[in-house]
This record gives sequence, C-alpha cells and structure tokens, in this order.
Amino acid sequence: MANEVGIITWISGPVVRARGSRHVGMLELVEVGQDRLVGEVIGLKGDQMTVQVYEETAGMQPGAPIYGTGLPLSVELGPGLIQSIYDGVQRPLPLIEQAVGSFITRGARFDSISREKKWKYTPKAKVGDEVKGGDVLGVAMETDTFEHRVMVHPDDAGTLTWVAAAGEYTVNDTIAKLKMGKEEKNVTMLQRWPVRRARPFVQRRGANIPLITGQRILDTFFPVAKGGAAGIPGPFGSGKTVTQHSIAKWADAEVIVYIGCGERGNEMTEVLQEFPHLVDPRSGRPLMERTVLIANTSNMPVAAREASIYTGITIAEYYRDMGYHVALMADSTSRWAEALREVSGRLEEMPAEEGYPAYLAGRLAEFYERAGYVDNLNGTQGSVSIVGAVSPPGGDFSEPVTQHTKRFIRCFWALDKSLASARHFPAINWLDSYSEYIEDVANWWREKVGKDWLGMRTKAMELLSEEARLSQIVKLVGPDALPYAERMVLETARLIREGILQQNATDAVDAYSSVEKQIRLLELVLYFHERGMAIVKRGAPINLIHDLPVVDTIIRAKSSVTNEEINKLDDIQKMIDEQMGQLDAEYR
Amino acid sequence: MSEATVLGGQEVVGVGRIEGPIMVVEGAANVSYDEVVDIQDSRGQHRRGRVLEVGEGFAVVQVFAGSTGLSIDGTRVRFLGDTLHMPVAEEMLGRIFDGLGNPIDGGPEPLTDVYRDVNGQPINPTARIYPRDYIQTGISTIDGVNTLLRGQKLPLFSGAGMPHDQLAAQIVRQATLGRLAGAPQTEGEEFAIVFAAMGVKNDVADYFRKSFTESGALTRVAMFLNLADDPPVERIVTPRAALTLAEYLAYDLGKHVLVVLTDMTNYGEALRQISNVRGEVPSRKGYPGYLYSDLASLYERTGRIRTSEGSITQIPILTMPNDDMTHPMPDLTGYITEGQIVLGRELYYAGVYPPVTVLPSLSRLMKDGIGKGRTRDDHPRWGAQLYAAYAKTQDIRALASVIGEEELSEVDQKYLKFGRAFEREFVNQAFTENRTIERTLEIGWKLLSMLPSKELTRVTLDEIKQYYKGDDATS
Ligand SMILES: Nc1ncnc2c1ncn2[C@@H]1O[C@H](COP(=O)(O)OP(=O)(O)OP(=O)(O)O)[C@@H](O)[C@H]1O
Ligand SMILES: [Mg+2]
Repeated sequence: MANEVGIITWISGPVVRARGSRHVGMLELVEVGQDRLVGEVIGLKGDQMTVQVYEETAGMQPGAPIYGTGLPLSVELGPGLIQSIYDGVQRPLPLIEQAVGSFITRGARFDSISREKKWKYTPKAKVGDEVKGGDVLGVAMETDTFEHRVMVHPDDAGTLTWVAAAGEYTVNDTIAKLKMGKEEKNVTMLQRWPVRRARPFVQRRGANIPLITGQRILDTFFPVAKGGAAGIPGPFGSGKTVTQHSIAKWADAEVIVYIGCGERGNEMTEVLQEFPHLVDPRSGRPLMERTVLIANTSNMPVAAREASIYTGITIAEYYRDMGYHVALMADSTSRWAEALREVSGRLEEMPAEEGYPAYLAGRLAEFYERAGYVDNLNGTQGSVSIVGAVSPPGGDFSEPVTQHTKRFIRCFWALDKSLASARHFPAINWLDSYSEYIEDVANWWREKVGKDWLGMRTKAMELLSEEARLSQIVKLVGPDALPYAERMVLETARLIREGILQQNATDAVDAYSSVEKQIRLLELVLYFHERGMAIVKRGAPINLIHDLPVVDTIIRAKSSVTNEEINKLDDIQKMIDEQMGQLDAEYR
Repeated sequence: MSEATVLGGQEVVGVGRIEGPIMVVEGAANVSYDEVVDIQDSRGQHRRGRVLEVGEGFAVVQVFAGSTGLSIDGTRVRFLGDTLHMPVAEEMLGRIFDGLGNPIDGGPEPLTDVYRDVNGQPINPTARIYPRDYIQTGISTIDGVNTLLRGQKLPLFSGAGMPHDQLAAQIVRQATLGRLAGAPQTEGEEFAIVFAAMGVKNDVADYFRKSFTESGALTRVAMFLNLADDPPVERIVTPRAALTLAEYLAYDLGKHVLVVLTDMTNYGEALRQISNVRGEVPSRKGYPGYLYSDLASLYERTGRIRTSEGSITQIPILTMPNDDMTHPMPDLTGYITEGQIVLGRELYYAGVYPPVTVLPSLSRLMKDGIGKGRTRDDHPRWGAQLYAAYAKTQDIRALASVIGEEELSEVDQKYLKFGRAFEREFVNQAFTENRTIERTLEIGWKLLSMLPSKELTRVTLDEIKQYYKGDDATS
C-alpha cells in the first residue's frame, strides 16, 4: 500500500512540489496531504518532485506528507463501464453524489467498477488451453444484449489450470487460474491499465469502412472511416457539441465513449437524461446501453481535465480489443490543451506559441495516434474512431491547437460562424472542410449501397464550388446578369444546401438519415439538375424552374420522408418528371 | 466576517516584498493554500487578502483592497486558518454589501450561523436537472428567438454607451415563469435577485437601485457593490460572494434566483492585473492562461439540482472592448455560457430599443423550453424561419448597396421590406412594453407574411396554412 515518499514544500493551485524519496517514479500515482488527494508525479529532479493534483488543493499546507503507490495513473477495466459516468480520473459521479450530495467535495474515493454487482458469465476457454494477452476467457453480459468479452491481460500468458463454471460473478471473483511459469495467477474480470500507455495490438489495417453517422454532410460529403480521426473546430455556438451528440446518438459504432472535457455541466446532464430514452436504431436498445461518459466539466479540477482524455481513450481501446467498433468523442480538446498550458505555466516551463508548452504537438499526436482499425491480439478486429472538437480563440483557425490538430487528423469539419448565424445547421462549411478518406470508403458505398456515391458526390461538390464562384459575381452585378445555365447551377446548389446539407438535429425525422436516404436524396437533386439544365439550355426562363412546386417538395423531403419509407422519394422523382416534362414539351 | 476572525490565527509582523496588490510574507508556518489573511497596516486599519501560493516559510498573498499604505515593517499579517467564507441568510435580500460581502447600508451584519466558502464547489453533473422551464421576459428578441430558461446562463454582450443596463433592468422587472401561448397570465412566484457590480460607476449602481425600487423589487434584491473607485482586486471576490448567496437562496431555500453580474470585463481586467504582477505566462492579450477556468468557476454556478426546487439563472453583462466579440472576455464567456444576447451599434444608432442584433445572438437551451406543450407547436420552426429570412435580408442589403434597390428582383425587394419591418416592429419595443409570447409569435407571423409563402421552407405547410396571412395565402 501507500507509504510516505515526501513532504510538501510548495503549493500553487493544482501543482505541488515536494522533497523526499528518490525512488518515486515519473508519472507515478501519489496521494497528497492528509486528505490523500489523488495526484501524479509530473517532474523529478534530485530529491524534488512535482505533482499535479486531481482535486482542489485549497487548505493544503507545506509540510504535509505525500504517499507513493508504486503504480502509474491507471483505469479499472471490466464489466460495468458501460452506462457509467466518471470524472476525469474515473471516479464514479453517481456514487459521489450519493455520498456527499449535489456538490463534488474532494477526497471522496470510490471503486470505479462495482465490486458487488454480479454479472452473468459464460466461460469460453477450457482448462489446459494455452492463452496469451487479449485471448477471450469468457463472456459477461454487461447489459441484456451487450457481450463483454473478458480477456487475458495484455501482459499475461500461460496455461489455464482452472476455469469457473457458467454463473454469476462479481469482478472480484476468480473466473480462471492461469499458470505463468511457476506462478499461478487468479484471473478476475477486472484489470488495470495505465492510461498514458496505448493498449497493444498486432497491426493496423487500412481504414476503409465509413463510420456512418446519419449526418448527411458527414457521411455523404466528408466521411470519416472507422478507425479514423476527425477534427471539428469552430467558434462558440457554431455546433461542435450538437454535432458530437448527434454522432454519439446515431453512429454505427458498438460502443461510444463521450468525454466532456472542460465543457458545460448541463450538456453532460442532457446526455445523461436523454440517452436512456433514445433507442439505438440498429440494436433497438436504449442508447445509454452502449455509452460510457467521462465528465470533467469546466469548473472541475483542471489536472483531472488533462487526464480525462487518456481515461476515455484507454476505455475505448479496451472495447476495441474485444473486437468492437468504438467511437470516441472529445469535447473539447482545446480545453485539454489549456489544462496542459495551465499546469505548464505553474511549472514555469518555457512556453512556445501562445503560452502553450512546446510538447503540445507531441501530446496531440499521441492522442490521435490511438485511433485505428486494428487486428487485435486475440485475432479479432476492432476500431477506435476519434472525433475531437477544437475551440479556437476568437474562432481563428490559425491558432496552435487547430493547426497542430490538422497535422494528425484526416478529416476536417470546419464550422462557420456565419452559417450558424443564419441558422444553417450543421454549420459545417462545405468549402473549407475536407476528408482524406473519400477514396478509401468509395468501395464500401459501391458494394454496400450499390450506387456511384463517389461520382455523385463529386458532381455535387462541383456544383457547390461553382455556386461559390458565381455568388461572387452575383454580389457585384446581381443574379439577372447571369446566363440561365449558370442560374440553374444556383438553383440546384440551393437544393443541395437546403435539402441535403441542412439537417436539423432536433427534428425527429431529420436527426438521422440512413445512407439509403442520403444517396437517394442526392440522386434526386442531381436528377432535377440534369432535367432542368436541359430545359434552360433550350431557352426556357429560369424562373419557370424556380417556381416549380417540386422545388419545395424536394427541400422538405429530408424531414417529411422517413428512413423507413424512402420509396416515397420515387414519387418525388415522378413529380420532377411530370413538371419538367411539361416545360420540356413547351420548349422543344 | 468569517468564523476564523473570531478564532484568531497566527500572526506575522512585517512582510518581505510588496508589489502591486501582491505581497510576499516570510516566516509563517502552517499556512494553507487559498487561506484568508487579515492585514493590519501601521495605523491599525484592517484589510483582507488570500494566499495565492505557499512554500516553506513564505506565502504569496493577494491583498483585496490593494497595497496602498502598506509598509514592509509596519504590516501585520494574521493567517485565519480557512478559505474565504461568508455568512448567508435570507434576510440578506433587501440589503446592500460591499464587494467582499460586508454590509454598507448601515444595517447590522446578517444574523446567521451559516457560513459558506465563497469559491463554492462544482455541481456534480449527475445532480443537475436539465433546464426546461422558460422565463417570459416580455421582450420579443429574447422570448421569441433567444428564449431564456430557468437555470440558464445567458450574458448580454454590449459595448460602452449602449443600453445594456436598461435591458437587464427590463428583464429583471418583467421576468415571470413562462406559460403556454394564450394561457391566462397567472401570478407567478417572484424571483429573488442577486446583483453584483464590478468596477462600474456609481450611477450604474444607482440606476439599478432606482429601477428595483420603482418596480417594488427592492426587498427581494441583494446588491454587492464594487464600484469604479473601489479596489480592483476586490472584484475577484464580488461575483463569488454574490453567487455564494445565490446558491444558498436557490439550493437551500428553494428560491428562483436571477443573478445579474456587471461588468464582467472589469472583472477580467482585475484578474489580468494580478496575473501580470505575478509575472505569469500570458495567453491572449495579456490575460492569464487560466482565464477560461476562472470564468467557468463563476458561470457554471448556475442551474438546477435535483434536491431543490430552486434555480439560479445568470445574466452577466459584458462591455466588449472596441465592440470586438473575439476579445478574450466575450470570447471565453461565449464558450462557457449557454448563448449570448448581442447588442449592436447600428441598431442603436437607428434608434431601435433594445438594439439586439439577432444574428449573432443565441440561446442554446431555447430548443428545450419551447414548442409543443411549452409555448406553441410552431415556435421552434417559426424562430428558425425568422432567422433564416433575416439572414437572407442581410445578403440582399449587401447586393442592393451595389446594384441599387430598383435592380433587385421582386422577391428580394420583399425581403428588404421584411428586414426593415423586422427591426422596427419585432426587435424594437418600448422599455415598458411587456409582450406576451402569443403577441411575439403573432408579430413574427405578420412579418413572415410579407414574404411569398414559397420562401418559408423552415415552417411546415400546415403552419403556413394556419398562420400565414400573405398575398399567396391559401385560405
Ligand atoms: N444540427 C443542428 N440542428 C439544429 N440546431 C443546431 C445544430 N447544430 C447546432 N445547432 C444550434 O446551435 C447551438 C450551438 O451549438 P453547440 O452548442 O453545439 O455549439 P458549440 O460549437 O459546441 O459551442 P461551444 O464551443 O460554446 O461549446 C445549439 O444550441 C443549437 O441551437
Ligand atoms: Mg460545445
């Protein structure tokens, strides 16, 4: 257990210096002061150590003891993670509330994973089996339908000498005995893993299956692949959180890890109150039954905010190791970077750009590198996809966190203040955003949806960039100066913007669009364009097209046609045929 | 004022160094981080401070009243053994306090044995109730398109000279619990009001006092005043003292509390000053790297919790230096609060009151407090439609300024008319005008009816049928 390793000599906010043992390890977990607040050693020099403390330090005095634990900052992994809500260092917030009330006081200490709760467990391995790290020993039902695959700790390997029969067990009960050399180890469903170390896998695979989010501007225009990394930067109020909530709700991942990192309390409460009542369109189960929440809000201790990102990604990797597809949302990585800056500032380290420490880029790289589609140690495949929100000061993307993030992600969803002001949501700017996964996932669309997604997407993007060019001219001379063919482009681009790109996260029908609906809508709009273009080229005035009743119908289709009844879009195509057909006849 | 005063504490005579509002005290043992100190100058006058940093045998102390008149040898520092606490009591409503929470209205110290740490503690997200009840302010630009909910933090972003004080006073005067459109006005429970002034001029404080008096609210207002000529460092404590009382009123006594904080920009400057004196590495514009966390420790003290009927709603006021919304104070505030109401010069000069620039304004919680069963079914889409139409008006105005209004298409000209009417009839209202939600919705529909119905793609066809009264209305 913990023994005294030093005496506090200096305190400034979350940073404490102490003098003592030379045997304390870098990044070792320590307990600070009489209240034994959790801290982590972040600097060592001779007999001096610097500790960042994950709880409020008010009232602490020099001379107070520091206790070592000999362990690095770790998380507990096992059944019970799902549906949990933790703070940045994996303290279970509901238990803290039960114990100390509505306000978080310090020093409250609880097991991250319940020791009492029993899980229905079925062994999958037998006595005599040679097992190694990652191998599945058995399955615990973490919810009515979610299989938690209990794995050998990545550092262990050996022969099973005993396995528990099927039954109900707590995470403390032995479910297998593993002979490793001379030693025999009792294996339980609980394991620990140091958060700052990526969990091992065999190898990365290409990321070429899209993470379907049900958000049209993402899936159809700027897709992220399973195992990929996307950044979503934007000024305040532009839609980072709403977009991340939408992905957390609708993405076709099996596990969601949502990290509220230095953001609002109410936003976490919203998820907590909403997710149990929302139904996962794929499993038919409440969304909460696939979700792990980490909430270290803006007013909670800043060092724990720094840790929250690592706590979250480690939990995500753990489920990946079981062979699941995991999507991790981090809102906001800028607040995490600021936590780094704050601690660095107290250490009086040499600042680089805008006061951030020089290792900012390195830390960001380490984080995003933990995304991936991999072959697991146990032969399964799994993925961790990361979506990181970025909150640039003043909405200026040239600042360090946005710039460095851009180096480590392959998908950039640029939010735009002026779109948000005009209530064009999601306010993702289609000209500033990009995805480097487009070619990679094109095949999936061809095989799974059976449509030429890539071709249609390219066509739509051409229309949108043509619109941007033409708008410049319109701004100077008005639309009347443009030839009809160019005004047809403007008409269609408007249909793309209002009928496809705009998506209302609060509308029951519109919030989630199946890929079939997405591609069919796009097809309709492009069909409208093709027919319209043919007619205006023969001299029909553009306002005849503009005034067709079907225009309104197309724009409204996103919320009037549900995912279940997309054949209704065929009726809209018929309307296009009829209405265009008349014009066609007139201008032949 | 704190229990610790009564208890005494260890005393050190003489200090090592004084620099701005910061002093370094040497030779004290057992000093705690964030402990309160009592400082006595050579003439026996007392002031308060707090420990910002503590090492072996030394402590860095921030003096709230500033260090003017303190000497190296003649200063006595007493460490009071606890963090800054203040008494809280219901009877503090109707009273006036200085920026540290001491009564300055001639009345006695509040009689209570409840003392609270002014820093408060973070609300556990699991203990919160998500806000859903809207507050009717009677102001169309708020109720209609940027609805305020009980338990929300919604700042006013303004600029020097604009009528943010009037708007805040009007909100406070008219605020009642919202009801369904068309439902009869009922006597709602009245809000308790906690008002904190940081570095504002005396006439601003006076203005609010008068306004509270006129509306008969004075007995339910507690005022914490740190005025322009009061010590700047004290400003760091003022909002904390105010929020500590607000939390007691809301979460212990179950009241609905409206907190007005003005002017947060002055608060930020005090923070910057201390940071600069301490030689900390600055981030943007000289503000400390922890500005975000510090502001969050104030703004997040808003909301509702499950164990209480009460709520805290915050309306911080902020004058943006140079009307620049990307300045760190409004910027970081906007990143923490749940939206913002932005006042604009252009409308102000055009004589529009309140000069709320709607496009950059936002209430993030609005979606959860309006619509079916709360205001009226069409409200959310109606709001989005007004925004979209007004945004389009801006583009058309830009075009008109280039090619001339006559050259605009017929539809575009309608938009221009809509835009003007929107500003004059929807945004503009009298300081004494208290609009019901149905009135606000009605004005909105009247304005939307100036546009061809085909332009209204954000509302449903049924809604057009029911409310649209324009030329091409179907019924
Ligand atoms: N897809 C959407 N559909 C409907 N409304 C949206 C959508 N996206 C954003 N909004 C609106 O924009 C508001 C602000 O969005 P959000 O809270 O996600 O911003 P943010 O970028 O996370 O801001 P901050 O950095 O301050 O946290 C929301 O409250 C909502 O009203
Ligand atoms: Mg957000």
